This record gives sequence, structure tokens and C-alpha cells, in this order.
Amino acid sequence: MVEPKVEPMLVAEGVRKSYGSVEVLSGIDLVVMPGQVTCLVGPSGSGKSTFLRCVNHLESIDGGRLAVNGQLVGYREEKGRLHELKEREACRNRACVGMVFQNFNLFQHMSALENIIEAPQRVLKLSKEEAINSARELLAMVGLSTRGDSLPSQLSGGQQQRVAIARALAMKPKLMLFDEATSALDPELVGEVLSAMRALAASGMSMVVVTHEMGFAREAADEMVFMDAGLIVERGSPDQVLDNPQHARTKAFLTKACRPYCRL
Amino acid sequence: MPEDRPAHELPPIPARYPGRRVASVIVLLIAAQVLISVITNPRFKWDIVGEYLFSDIILSGVRLTIGLTLIAQLLGIVVGVGLAVMRLSPNHTVARCAWVYLWFFRGTPLLVQLIFWYNISALYPKFTIGLPFLEPFVSFNANALITPLAVAILGLGLNEGAYMAEIVRGGILGVDSGQSQAAKALGMTHSQTLRRIVLPQALRLILPPSGNQTILMLKTTSLVSILALADLLYSAQSIYTRTFQTIPLLIVVSLWYITITSVLTVGQTILEQKLSNGSSRQAPPQMLRWLLSGIVRPRRNQRLDQKKLESTDG
Ligand SMILES: Nc1ncnc2c1ncn2[C@@H]1O[C@H](COP(=O)(O)OP(=O)(O)OP(=O)(O)O)[C@@H](O)[C@H]1O
Ligand SMILES: [Mg+2]
Repeated sequence: MVEPKVEPMLVAEGVRKSYGSVEVLSGIDLVVMPGQVTCLVGPSGSGKSTFLRCVNHLESIDGGRLAVNGQLVGYREEKGRLHELKEREACRNRACVGMVFQNFNLFQHMSALENIIEAPQRVLKLSKEEAINSARELLAMVGLSTRGDSLPSQLSGGQQQRVAIARALAMKPKLMLFDEATSALDPELVGEVLSAMRALAASGMSMVVVTHEMGFAREAADEMVFMDAGLIVERGSPDQVLDNPQHARTKAFLTKACRPYCRL
Repeated sequence: MPEDRPAHELPPIPARYPGRRVASVIVLLIAAQVLISVITNPRFKWDIVGEYLFSDIILSGVRLTIGLTLIAQLLGIVVGVGLAVMRLSPNHTVARCAWVYLWFFRGTPLLVQLIFWYNISALYPKFTIGLPFLEPFVSFNANALITPLAVAILGLGLNEGAYMAEIVRGGILGVDSGQSQAAKALGMTHSQTLRRIVLPQALRLILPPSGNQTILMLKTTSLVSILALADLLYSAQSIYTRTFQTIPLLIVVSLWYITITSVLTVGQTILEQKLSNGSSRQAPPQMLRWLLSGIVRPRRNQRLDQKKLESTDG
């Protein structure tokens, strides 16, 4: 399916991360090809959020390597050894990875439009007009072209999350990370966010999605990965993992977490 | 409103509280008694109060007090923001230095600090700018630099900085950390995040206690009378040590402090409203209306309107 020459968008090799003496990630290997959507599922505390935060270097890693689009994130390599970058370089470096959070995290004192144009102006040094033009396009894309002047407190949860997606896209990321983007939403608002994510996937964006929405995973994911206790214990196509899980932990998790979507 | 509708369509009759009315009458009677005695007691010497209220000496004292309050508070805010940012810095040495500053300035009385600064020339007769172990680049004579006014501004401002630092830090910590995470994930640097995302939102939390601090500062400036600076209190003292009209002049002083405090309070209210981006727009004279509303008794249906107003105000 994937041509052999294409460079992978994300390569994680043996990524390790500890908080104090607790090892949260114990060697994660993952490859995401351009345009591929990878869904990450697993029980609470298994390290899914931590892994995403390591990918864009919101957290430092204690071992292994992480490269996005062929470039290390937050580190440079010298004589086979990783050196952490200074804050300023790391910032420029992580701008090519977009991230969407469970709690939207919109800037509360700025309108939807201002939320979107802030980072492109400060980080990419776009002019205000350029930033506003692309922000308007993005707002239209997530179906909110009329709500640009609204403050986050005047928007519903689903609308806020769509603004957050537009805000991340304004940085022209190569890879998008979604950390339980719909978990904080009322059930009737989940759909509008998922359809924005589906449209994004269809447009060819590379995505790593942590989600409990197995229906979305089955339909949009190219690969599904099951994590437990800091390790990837099972991976495969969504149908494979959801309908015919091999590992005992996967079976146990799927029967508990998502009965309606699995034929178990 | 025509009252010919059937009873079940009329609005419910509010409960009556005769006890409350009795309590208001008693309180108002006591207040009236106090007021009358204050006005008629000749020993208050209101004529002398009137004579000095706008005298040149008092007015220049008022000017110094206001100027000192504003400058010292401004210095306090600048120092406070700096210290707060230092205390939250990832650099532990910097954070601890800020902590030691707070520990020192909050641990010693302001009066002691003021006298200490006043006598600093005994400790350091010369001030120099330079690096440790090297010949200084510039040097000043301490006595020329440390005027009473400079001591007052420095003493009040540096001390205020310690308190403002805690207020600002509280404001910064009060802004949801998820937004800083998001800014970081978008590639913004620590200082961009602080300036563009955190501080503007912290301001809303910082402003009300800062208003309090300014009002406190206004009255704290009276301490500088020990430096023989002619502020409001010192000017009044200089008059009554001559004329022995102590009480009337203290009344003059109090009237001025109350007036300035009121002006500051109104200013604070207006500023807060400008900042509270449409979340609850309230007109400033609410306070006055609230004070008078119990005394001028409204008619019944007006009272209902008032109730509705109050419940939407809250
Ligand atoms: N800053 C931190 N300091 C210490 N421990 C942490 C920190 N962040 C996460 N952890 C721990 O790391 C482990 C993995 O956390 P993580 O948030 O990655 O889990 P998760 O898979 O995202 O779970 P959930 O589905 O509940 O979001 C948890 O045991 C958590 O307690
Ligand atoms: Mg998580």
C-alpha cells in the first residue's frame, strides 16, 4: 500500500520516559507514514498522553529517539548522542506538530479569530493580514466562518474544540496529535468534532489520535495501536484489533470499554 | 396596574417583616443622634476645620501624599511583577533570590525599613556602579542621593513590591495552565506565553487586590512624616503644634484621606468594569443607590422591580 521510498512522518524508536522512579513509557516503537491515521487506545494511565507530549517535546524523553518528518524533535544528534535543544530552538522545532487537547485550552481572553492568528504572527512571523486570511479559511473549513468574533466562553464545547483544531492547523503542521479531543464533550457535540477530524484525515493529514471513540477508529484509522503500562502490546488494522484481538489485555480492555463497537 | 383581575392571576404578595422595619428605625435614630452631637458639639470646632480644609499648607500636603502614593505604588507594581516572574522562573537560583527578598521585606516593619534607608549613608557613604573586585565605573555621594523624598519612594515602593509579588503570583497561578501548554505546543516561547497569554488574564485577578493595596498605600504614606516630609499628616501636625487645634486638624486630615480613598475606589470600579469583558456590565453608581435604597422607601411594585434588578445584578 505504502511505497517503499516514502519517508515516514513519525518514527519513534524505543522511547522511554520516567517520572521520578516510575517508568511511564518503557520503549515505544511506532511509525506513522505521511497521510496515515494512527489511533492509540489503552486503559487510563497507560501513557498515551505522555507519549503524545513527548512527540512534540512538551516532555523530554529519557531514552530512544523521536523524529518527525525526518527531524529530531527537541534534540540534535552529535556523535550518536542526543543533546536537548535550547528552549527557543525547540519552540521553532515543535511548531510543525499540531496538538489538540481534551479541554480545548483556548485562550480565554481572545476571540476565536485572535486565538488562531496569535501563533502564526508570533512564531511564523506572518503579517496580520496573511494570518487573518488563512484564519478565515480555516474557520470556514471547520464550519465556524460566522463565529470568528466570539469569545471562547460564548461558544459551545464542540465549537471551541473546532476552533482549537483550526488554531493548530494555522501553524501548517505536518503531523497532528489529538489527545481525547472529544472526551470532554456532551454526546450530541461529539459528532461535529469527529467529522472535522474525519475531513482532516481525508485531506491527507498525518494524525496520531488518542480516542475512546471506537466507531471513529474503525472508520478513519489506518492503524490501531493498543497500549498498556507504557508498552505497545498490540497493533494492526482497526478491524483486526477490534474484532480479533490477540493479547489478553486488549481483549479485557475492549470488552469493558467499548462493547457496542466490537463483536466480542 | 389595574387590580380587577381574578386573585389567582395577581402576583404573589411578598412576606412582610415588621421586625426589620423596627431595626432600621432604631439604627437610624442612633445614627441621627451621633450626627447631631458631632455637628452641635462646639469642641469639634467646625469653623476651624473649614478654615484649614483648603489652606495652602494642607493642599500642598495633599499633593505630596497623592504623588507619593501613586509613584510608590507604581514602583511596587513593577518590582512585584518582576519578583513574581522570578519566583515562577525555571531557574532555581533566581526563584530563591526572589523568595529571600520577600522574606526580608515582609519580615521587618516598614517603619524600621524607612529609618534604615534614611540612615543608609552611615553604612555606605559612597554608592558605586561596577563589578565585584574591580575599580568602580561611577560613584555617588550617598548623602546627596538619599534625600528624604528618595527614601520615602524607595522605602514604600520596595516594601510594596514584596506584597504585590504575592498578588501577581497568585494571579499568574490562577490562569489555567492548559492555556500555557497550548501556547507552548503552538511553538510560542516562555516569555511570549507569559506576555501574550498569561499576564493579560492574570490582570483581571490582580486588579481588585491591587486597588486595595493602593488604598492601603495612601494611608501608609503617613509614616513618612517621621522623615520630616511635608505630607498631609505632617502638614497638619506642623499647624497644630503651633495652634494646639489638634482635633479640628485631625478632622481635616481624615476628610482628605476619606475623599481620596473614595476617588480611588470609584477609579478601581471603573477599571474593573473595563477589564471584565462584557461578563457583567454594571454601572458604578450602584453603591450610592444601594446606600440610599433602604432609606427612601419605594412603593410596592417598584420594590418588586428592585428585587428583579438585584437578582439579575448578582
Ligand atoms: N507530570 C507528571 N508527574 C508524575 N507522573 C505523571 C505526570 N504525568 C503523568 N504521570 C503519570 O504517568 C502515567 C501515564 O499518564 P498518562 O496521562 O500518559 O496516561 P493516559 O494513558 O493518557 O491516561 P488517560 O486515558 O487517563 O488520559 C500515569 O500513571 C500518571 O499518573
Ligand atoms: Mg490522557
